[in-house]
Amino acid sequence: MASKKTNQDKVTPEDASSRRDFIKKSGLFTALALTPPSLVMASDKKWDEKIAEYLETVPLSIEVNGTKHNLNIEPRTTLLDLLREQLQLTGTKKGCDHGQCGACTVHVNGTRILSCLSLATMQQNAQVTTIEGLSKGKKLHPMQEAFIKHDGFQCGYCTPGQIMSGIACIKEGHANSREEISEYMSGNICRCGAYHNIVDAITEVKEGGKEI
Amino acid sequence: MKNFQIIKALSSSSAVTGKAKDNSSMFIAGGTNLVDLMKKNIVAPDKLVDINGLDLKKIEFLKGKVSIGALAKNSQVAEDVSIKEKYPLLALALAAGASQQIRHMATVGGNMLQKTRCSYYYNTDMPCNKRVPKSGCGAIGGSNRMAAVFGTSDSCIAVHPSDMCVALAALDAKVLVEGPKGKREIDFTDFHRLPGNTPEKDNTLDSRELITAVEIPDNNFTKNVHYLKVRDRTSYAFALVSVAAALDIKDNTINDVRLAMGGVAHKPWRLTETEKFLKGKTISEDLFKQAGHLSMKGAKGFGDNNFKLTLGENAVAEALTIAASK
Ligand SMILES: Cc1cc2nc3c(=O)[nH]c(=O)nc-3n(C[C@H](O)[C@H](O)[C@H](O)COP(=O)(O)OP(=O)(O)OC[C@H]3O[C@@H](n4cnc5c(N)ncnc54)[C@H](O)[C@@H]3O)c2cc1C
Ligand code: SF4
Ligand code: FES
Ligand code: FES
Repeated sequence: MASKKTNQDKVTPEDASSRRDFIKKSGLFTALALTPPSLVMASDKKWDEKIAEYLETVPLSIEVNGTKHNLNIEPRTTLLDLLREQLQLTGTKKGCDHGQCGACTVHVNGTRILSCLSLATMQQNAQVTTIEGLSKGKKLHPMQEAFIKHDGFQCGYCTPGQIMSGIACIKEGHANSREEISEYMSGNICRCGAYHNIVDAITEVKEGGKEI
Repeated sequence: MKNFQIIKALSSSSAVTGKAKDNSSMFIAGGTNLVDLMKKNIVAPDKLVDINGLDLKKIEFLKGKVSIGALAKNSQVAEDVSIKEKYPLLALALAAGASQQIRHMATVGGNMLQKTRCSYYYNTDMPCNKRVPKSGCGAIGGSNRMAAVFGTSDSCIAVHPSDMCVALAALDAKVLVEGPKGKREIDFTDFHRLPGNTPEKDNTLDSRELITAVEIPDNNFTKNVHYLKVRDRTSYAFALVSVAAALDIKDNTINDVRLAMGGVAHKPWRLTETEKFLKGKTISEDLFKQAGHLSMKGAKGFGDNNFKLTLGENAVAEALTIAASK
């Protein structure tokens, strides 16, 4: 599980000593890749806890729903945790957290992926779209409207992921029949079983031919 | 998940040197298997070498073969128009694996190195020789519905879970790798290994080597091919048993044939005996039944997975029938 610690957090003595050990073990090669040379030197000389801490976080520039963010994150932060916990975008849901349910589906550079299995640090300069980024002001996205019209959700938990996948499904050219839609939506699991209505919603948006 | 350091490699050689310098470091490609295992503390590297910056994403159609970069995504390969046309068996196998979201992340190299889905391997409270050497095997005498029926040992009965690899084994692919000692090629059927008494080793790759590409020689298997995947639900589940079948048919006679099975062994299981048996024969329902029977010769069940012996026979016959009828 990714911790929410940022470099603004307080450092406890335990943290500090484990950090020292960690730095002792880590080679110059890695340090060079992550930090400016002055900091590498500083860490070799064990100057300051602050520097140690810097080494444990990495800078990340990422654009989410059109807004640019410059952050410092722990390498272990997943994109899902970054969105929900650091950026407070809780529309993307955490279901299984292990790639099995599709609740965390988002679009990265226009492609749908699972945010729970993506390391945020590997999304340098990426453009991410989440469910929050679909509507234009008060106007809902056609897929959101279709889900409401066709009763494509019950508890609604899986819905953001279903909608992100539904849009991608059409854009990928995989919404040409009910069977194909089911196959290409199979990575999104709905506990309430709203599947039939979900396929109806996607079919309507596809046939409606609106730009999505 | 334990925290770690991550570096981005900018060339294959720097990726290899970077990793070789530190034993506990690992390459990361799509992360769909590695991040999952790290979250469960099954693997806990101190350092990751992110290889996504390497120029290994291309699918190149060369003279007599195709070369697929290790970082080509599973969806990219599955939907490539020329792959569909020239190597349709590979496209079918890839499309049968995981979900589209995962295929958009999963790479060819990572797919080959994905770990088994044996439930004891995933459960750190249970013994498993693959996860912790010499700790015992939970699946032998335990719940082993998914387990292997060929090439098992007293120490492990796990199966390799990949779909793509079953097609690659059938199509005589080669794996191109680069390591501290230079470059080499490995025949696909020699890439994964049987468990023996070192089940912690899934394959013959040196831990410091990087997979750079997979090559498939040209063939005549462009029409009569099928990838049959039998699983517990219609889609998005690992195979209980799968069959990759490729036929080159002239006037109802089998000119050439390739057959491999998934979900039955620690590695993709190439059926060379059955291939020999089928070559030169005239297609018939009975012939395919016999082929199914022959294919499962020597298979051994462990209780919960005994059904795979009959399922395997039927699946081979069915895959051949569907391939022949295309
Ligand atoms: C819910 C779920 C369902 C799935 N269903 C299926 C299925 O039905 N069929 C199927 O076949 N697969 C299935 N998969 C597995 C998926 O296909 C693999 O996880 C994926 O292909 C791994 O690729 P990756 O690039 O994400 O690898 P990573 O997770 O990045 O890496 C996996 C391993 O390979 C190593 N590695 C990666 N690239 C290289 C390289 N070039 N050289 C050397 N080492 C390398 C890494 O160090 C790591 O050990 C499923 C996965 C999930 C999560
Ligand atoms: S079958 Fe292999 S992977 Fe499964 S518990 Fe036994 S040793 Fe572990
Ligand atoms: S939360 Fe990512 S797939 Fe379930
Ligand atoms: S609407 Fe409840 S999980 Fe899908």
